Amino acid sequence: MILVGLYARWFNEQIGQSAIMFPEQLNVPLGKWVNQFVDWLVINYGAGFEAFADSLLTVLVALEQVLRGAPWWVVLIVIAAITWHASKNWKLATGLVIAMFAIGVLGLWDKAMQTLALMIVATSLAVIIGVPVGIAMAISNRLRAVMLPILDTMQTMPSFVYLIPALMLFGLGKVPAILATVIYAAPPLIRLTDLGIRLVDQEVLEASRSFGASRKQILFGVQLPLALPNIMAGINQTTMMSISMVVIASMIGARGLGEQVLMGIQRLDVGAGMEAGIAIVLLAVVFDRIGQAYGKRSQRSHAEDKS
Amino acid sequence: MSYIEIRNIFKIFGPTPDTGLSLARGGVNKDEILARTGNTVGLHDVSLSIEQGETFVVMGLSGSGKSTLIRHLNRLIDPTAGQVTFGGEDILAMDIPTLNAFRRKRLGMVFQRFGLLPHRNVIDNVAYGLEIQGVDRSTRQEAAAKWISRVGLAGYESKFPDQLSGGMQQRVGLARALATDPEVLLMDEAFSALDPLIRSDMQDELMKLQEELHKTIVFITHDLDEALKIGDRIAILKDGKLVQVGRPEEIILHPADAYVEAFTRDVNRGRVIRARSIMRPIEDGLPAHDPNYIVDENERLEDIIAKSLSTESPIGVKDTTNGIVGLIERHRIVEIITPTSP
Repeated sequence: MILVGLYARWFNEQIGQSAIMFPEQLNVPLGKWVNQFVDWLVINYGAGFEAFADSLLTVLVALEQVLRGAPWWVVLIVIAAITWHASKNWKLATGLVIAMFAIGVLGLWDKAMQTLALMIVATSLAVIIGVPVGIAMAISNRLRAVMLPILDTMQTMPSFVYLIPALMLFGLGKVPAILATVIYAAPPLIRLTDLGIRLVDQEVLEASRSFGASRKQILFGVQLPLALPNIMAGINQTTMMSISMVVIASMIGARGLGEQVLMGIQRLDVGAGMEAGIAIVLLAVVFDRIGQAYGKRSQRSHAEDKS
Repeated sequence: MSYIEIRNIFKIFGPTPDTGLSLARGGVNKDEILARTGNTVGLHDVSLSIEQGETFVVMGLSGSGKSTLIRHLNRLIDPTAGQVTFGGEDILAMDIPTLNAFRRKRLGMVFQRFGLLPHRNVIDNVAYGLEIQGVDRSTRQEAAAKWISRVGLAGYESKFPDQLSGGMQQRVGLARALATDPEVLLMDEAFSALDPLIRSDMQDELMKLQEELHKTIVFITHDLDEALKIGDRIAILKDGKLVQVGRPEEIILHPADAYVEAFTRDVNRGRVIRARSIMRPIEDGLPAHDPNYIVDENERLEDIIAKSLSTESPIGVKDTTNGIVGLIERHRIVEIITPTSP
């Protein structure tokens, strides 16, 4: 021990601090480049981003108005109806209605509706982007090879990091929150769509080809219907991830339950944070159960008419 | 020229098919090509002629290339080299739309594990080929219903594949292939996944249908008994090479090599061999043969044994014009049924 210590001391004295630290000349200013790139985007394509943001915002605001404007009991009835449609199980429907009711009891109904609107828009956008990308990946091995590392990156990157470029392109507010959510929530759907299509029984595909089906006929008549249970599982995952991201997105100005959590942290108001946390969990449970029920339904869809 | 002509087909699977092809053409054997280049020879210089209306069986063990071969007939697999023609049409020259039109109109295929669409009920499965052709719904449902009852599944139209037994599922597969009224029926180990009794039923059913329909059937199997039962002619594949092509009796009576002979050893010869193939031909016909001891030239050996045992003298064989064309001595039957070779 003593010898090692002595050696280190000698080393410091002889060679100096510079040999221990990573040489500064080798630093690559990646952060600066990214900043420059984002600046360049904003300067050159700012108008385009703004137009896109406006249209997205219009949809979101309209949905938010509907949800917040509707009487609370109408929303409960709609939730019950959707659950019944998905599961044909009145116990589940009752349970989910109680969960939603509890959110109202916590005094967070209005905020929950804001979160819900954000989530629905983000999930829809993720589906609109994710399913076609998943299909393309299943068809092209080359695209798949390119996409897999990108998806890995999207999923391992800390979700806060997405907030920064979204913020720079669109400023504070709901639109960057939605975009960050979509980037964070789409990968599982893309993966599961790709997987679902690749898992379709080869012999069924061969049969379809042997009857002279075109690629389009095979995709819409065989591959997508048979991949549906996996795609539904992907949509469920995406929904769950958008709920969790919606909370984080409140840091850049998305309203709703996340805002309440953030406020709880800032004011050290543990109780308020807790209330909002419970409301988020309840919302997540409601959507998870509905999503799972639809997933199961798509799995047994062909057996539904069994007498 | 025959209806279906397969000429000098090579199929090499692997990273460098062309290298494999030139080695295979140079006579290097399959194992060595795999060791040297990593390519697997699927089919090695296979040529076949299949006539219109016959049931042609391709027989071989797993890995012999038989499933690969049948997929060349509708180009589910493209050959590395060679030619495939249907009635003079070169199917390898077809572009994708032409090929799809050809598959829709002229071919039907039945698969070992049925290949039914699990999300569609029986009638929609059977109507699938017609749907692909763009036939309107009522017409195709009507045609599908007709074929469903033809294969004995009337009443099951709205069931789903997973609600049916294996035998019933394959009847659906057969009805689906026949519903488009194709010229050629490709059957890839169609009955191999079924229980023995059901398999035998399906074989009878297929033969009965074929008597009425006169399709050209290409049937793949690993089961020699099945091949001998339903085949007008049989091709035997081994390691991607064609070993022998012939009528069932030729295969049994004159096996091309030790491999085929080993295969045929356990076969029930009495059921396959017919009187004509083993009779001693006579030129002028017998003036008076006891009519009780005359058999038809197409009768199977197992059906003439009883007659042969009940008389000391040879039994007569008559042809379609009722003239006696040959004689069969009793010891000849014994000799054929219990071959002397070990």
